[in-house]
Amino acid sequence: MARMKFLCDADRCIECNACVTACKNEHEVPWGINRRRVVTINDGKPGERSISMACMHCTDAPCAAVCPTNAFYTTADAVVLHSKDICIGCGYCFYACPFGAPQYPKVGNFGSRGKMDKCTYCAGGPEGDSTKAEFDKYGTNRLAQGKLPLCAEMCSTKSLLAGDGDIIAQIYKERVVKRGYGSGAWGWKTAYKETIAS
Amino acid sequence: MLIKRTERQARRGTLAGALASQSGGTLDRRSFLRRSGLAVGALAVVGALPLGSVRKAQAGPPPAAGAAVTRVKAICTHCSVGCTVIAETQNGVWIGQEPGWDSPINRGSHCAKGASVRELAHGDRRLKYPMKLVNGQWQRISWDVAINEIGDKLAEIRGKSGPDSVYWLGSAKFSNEGAYLNRKFAAYWGTNNVDHQARICHSTTVAGVANTWGYGAMTNSYNDIRNSKTMIIMGGNPAEAHPVSLQHLLEGKELNKANWISIDPRMTRTAAHATEYVRIRPGTDIPVIWGMLWHVFKNGWEDKEFIKQRVYGMDDALKEIEKWTPEEVERVSGVPGEQLKRVAKMFATEKPATLIWCMGATQHTVGTANVRAFCTALLATGNVGTFGGGANIFRGHCNVQGATDLGLDIGTLPLYYGIAEGAWRHWSRVWETDYSWMQARFASKQFMETPGIPSTRWFDAAMLPKDQVTQSDNLKAMMVMGHGGNTIARMPEAAKGMEKIELLVVVDTVPTTWAALSERKNGTYLLPCGTQFESRGSRTASNRSLQWYEPVVKPIFEAKDDYEIMYLLAKKLGFAEQMFKNIKVENNLPVAEDILREINRGGFSTGYCGQSPERLKKHMANQKDFDLVSLRAKDGPAKGDYYGLPWPCWGTPELNHPGTHTLYNTSLHVMDGGGTFRARFGVQRVVKQTVMENGVEVEKEVTHNLLAEGSYSVGSEIQDGYPEFTYAVLQKLGWDKDLTAAELATIQRIGGNNPGTVSWAIDLSGGIQRVAMAHGCIHYGNGKARANAFGLPDAIPVHREPIYTPRMDLVSKYPTLPNRREFRLPNVGFDIQKANVENKIGEKFPIILTSGRLVEYEGGGEETRANKWLAELQQDSFIEINPADASARNIKDGAWVWVDGPVGAKAKVKALVTERVGRGVAWMPFHFAGWFQGVDQRDKYPKGADPYVLGESVNTLTTYGYDPVTGMQEPKATLCQIRAA
Repeated sequence: MARMKFLCDADRCIECNACVTACKNEHEVPWGINRRRVVTINDGKPGERSISMACMHCTDAPCAAVCPTNAFYTTADAVVLHSKDICIGCGYCFYACPFGAPQYPKVGNFGSRGKMDKCTYCAGGPEGDSTKAEFDKYGTNRLAQGKLPLCAEMCSTKSLLAGDGDIIAQIYKERVVKRGYGSGAWGWKTAYKETIAS
Repeated sequence: MLIKRTERQARRGTLAGALASQSGGTLDRRSFLRRSGLAVGALAVVGALPLGSVRKAQAGPPPAAGAAVTRVKAICTHCSVGCTVIAETQNGVWIGQEPGWDSPINRGSHCAKGASVRELAHGDRRLKYPMKLVNGQWQRISWDVAINEIGDKLAEIRGKSGPDSVYWLGSAKFSNEGAYLNRKFAAYWGTNNVDHQARICHSTTVAGVANTWGYGAMTNSYNDIRNSKTMIIMGGNPAEAHPVSLQHLLEGKELNKANWISIDPRMTRTAAHATEYVRIRPGTDIPVIWGMLWHVFKNGWEDKEFIKQRVYGMDDALKEIEKWTPEEVERVSGVPGEQLKRVAKMFATEKPATLIWCMGATQHTVGTANVRAFCTALLATGNVGTFGGGANIFRGHCNVQGATDLGLDIGTLPLYYGIAEGAWRHWSRVWETDYSWMQARFASKQFMETPGIPSTRWFDAAMLPKDQVTQSDNLKAMMVMGHGGNTIARMPEAAKGMEKIELLVVVDTVPTTWAALSERKNGTYLLPCGTQFESRGSRTASNRSLQWYEPVVKPIFEAKDDYEIMYLLAKKLGFAEQMFKNIKVENNLPVAEDILREINRGGFSTGYCGQSPERLKKHMANQKDFDLVSLRAKDGPAKGDYYGLPWPCWGTPELNHPGTHTLYNTSLHVMDGGGTFRARFGVQRVVKQTVMENGVEVEKEVTHNLLAEGSYSVGSEIQDGYPEFTYAVLQKLGWDKDLTAAELATIQRIGGNNPGTVSWAIDLSGGIQRVAMAHGCIHYGNGKARANAFGLPDAIPVHREPIYTPRMDLVSKYPTLPNRREFRLPNVGFDIQKANVENKIGEKFPIILTSGRLVEYEGGGEETRANKWLAELQQDSFIEINPADASARNIKDGAWVWVDGPVGAKAKVKALVTERVGRGVAWMPFHFAGWFQGVDQRDKYPKGADPYVLGESVNTLTTYGYDPVTGMQEPKATLCQIRAA
């Protein structure tokens, strides 16, 4: 079975935000919720780099570990999903997540933030695949249609890669060898407890 | 996430509030999705309408069970890269976007704008039906009433003030067919006051490049940059302006270990990926380029063979270059000599090298001269006409190249024929319209052949005393189709100009700044047109490839297709029958294919003659066959063609010319897309020169050869330079026997008593082109490119300080050009610059203000700020200011500031304190409007059609200054002062 992962090649990311609007478009994500965003470090200075960030679908996901209602589950493709019917909007997962992925529709304290929302790796939720109910809560289920997440598919510079972890690691490795530099598979150590040797 | 760059402030409240009020409730995600976006808001606005008349932009994914999902191939409507968009529709509604993997241009990729185009055809904030301003209130009217009232008023103005009092401002967002129709429309109306966005983006590029080697366009392609070993990007930020092009640049850089040099006042997102960043003072491009060439010639790095064979006047340029010692370059531009030497060496010796530029170079009073200097640098190093080299000019809008080609311009008819009598006769023949009838449409033959007023100065033409405007009257009406109002400099004066004119008609998908900026109360109409996703036709990407697209959905709400709107107006004005004589009109909608066929029939000058709709459709259906780097089809039905038949695609479609991927490339046969520099400037030039004769200096007339020497394209039967082909030239060579009887008959019909004068460009049979190419020659001749562009105001580019310069000490040595009259108006830039020095304006306003793009928005931003997925990412207009300048003024990052311009205007924006800009330089994005000098104008937009995000426009602050060749404005270098608000 494939182990799905994300990989952002920071030497290619130009912060064009295609991943962000592709996600908004595909899932009709409302204003104020950002399942994916691009963060820039050393902004305006030499060494400026950008990284596209979303839920990394971690191995032994820390969000799942702290969830008081067990709303999270991991699919056979190793995608971390959750049930909005079970979620109570407590916000614990937000504090546990090293990537700041969980989002809430409302600002407020315990329980009043609404159901948590995050990147689904374009894999929907517990409802039946590609049903209206699933779409309303989680957005499109591309994985069920044999397609990969749209953010990576539309990436302007092929910086953001999605797919089986071994395959995208191989693509990245070859790139680094060919060009002679690479700042590493950002976030992989935290998310997947591994790095890509280059 | 408001000024996205910092992620430090959050002003979500107001905007979320504005949004919530439109969607009729709070923004709870689930209910949001249930209502599928904000469509309910849009419907609430049109609630009073009978539903039958409004095509609802409702519903979205997932596909409903039972109904079929249709895939449509369209082209992104934002920048000039030309990304393929795959749209999925169901029941006439656009429900999803998929990556278009087969396109060799974008290979599935998009930027933020391309990945969100589906919203455009849902259009929560679109203009939904025709509207009219009545005593300051917007009223809905019907199309019939609108066309009737507008037509009657136009006729009244024409009768009273003449045809030149109506300005037809067209669009770089038109299809080729739309741009052509718009230009043709102005001709049938009888004026040359017709223009579009190229005026303010690359008009100076077109003028500078065409005057150097023949054609005004990118010489290579985005894809071909994969072959470059050195790339210089000067005055451009493609990472934000053309993001998908970076795919080719970055992969090229990686594979070739290429040098990537960004020369810019700002350390841009593009510069972040460069191997070297060179910071310059805005407006000093010529000193920097001459400074580079100083090193090139000092060290003998120039391409001597190339210069000898293919360049005219490099010696003359050298005299100017020699003045730019490293010390003088550093004094004027701030660039250290050693750095420039390093860059010069890479550019001249690590070849092929390409020079990429955008509006940082073009938007100056010396715009044309800047471009000419760039061309000279490419010529000196032999970097033109090769794979991986060339002038890679990244055009702006999705069809700005095509609209330029099709003559949406004050000085030419379609395809650069100009406006002299011969040009009018050529197009009258193509249009099968009597030349004298055409002439009678104009105020006089003189006005038929005099360039019109550039779009940058329409308001001057409305407001200056009548005796200062060289036409029968001031401007009285603006017919604006798809052009923002906030992209033109000196907005406070534009606002006054809007109040002065009698009629303002805006045809657009959104109301635009034109609807809100001024205090007009009456005489204003807004007509909704569809986006290009609701139409069909072809568009020309920056690399000259034409791409055909099909409509994804029908025009939404009451919007109409551009073609239909122009037809209805022509019908009302009484010339539809003449204008559409050879174009089929179905149910008021002219057929796009027929329009392109008409372009083909007349488009010989620029090679728009071979791209029939059938051939273009074949390319779109077989995108997968085209190679990523060479753009050539390896297989399939279009085998041998270059993708999109990049112009010039010579001869008739039946000749099957493959198009031209790289211009002026002598390593290919002309029938393989090869070519030479165009012999456009004569065959020889006689110059008075002082020469030594027997030890004495004497003045003599010397004849210079303007044709190539010993250089020719592969397979050429003439193995040297040669002039343009005419029928007489064919006869001389004995090649006239190769013409078919039909071709000869056409030539004789056109030539009348003097068929020998019929040239390759006006031969409607295409025979001269066909025969010349059969002999391996290119019909436009084999000339030298010009380092000395005699005839231009600065034949050799000369540095001239911006009108508003902080370096007042340099003005006496490097003044702007003297006052003069041009384009029917006075240009008093010299007086203003002089007064600025006398008034020490640079001390009162010590910070240089320059402008540029953000990735999320496009152009004036009206359409993109109305797209909720984009608007969310950039919610405030801002100014980038260096930390030193900020702390000297007690300005904190994220705080509100007032930016004061040197002529009394002010703007309230947020401060973004960053080292991205150097000390003494501030930068603003130019996409904002809707706030004017601190006042929020949201109430002035028609209800429900206001963009989500409003903000101050940088052009409220930009100032006077116009290029002498094209009338280009100077928003890239003005002055300001900044204070905490």
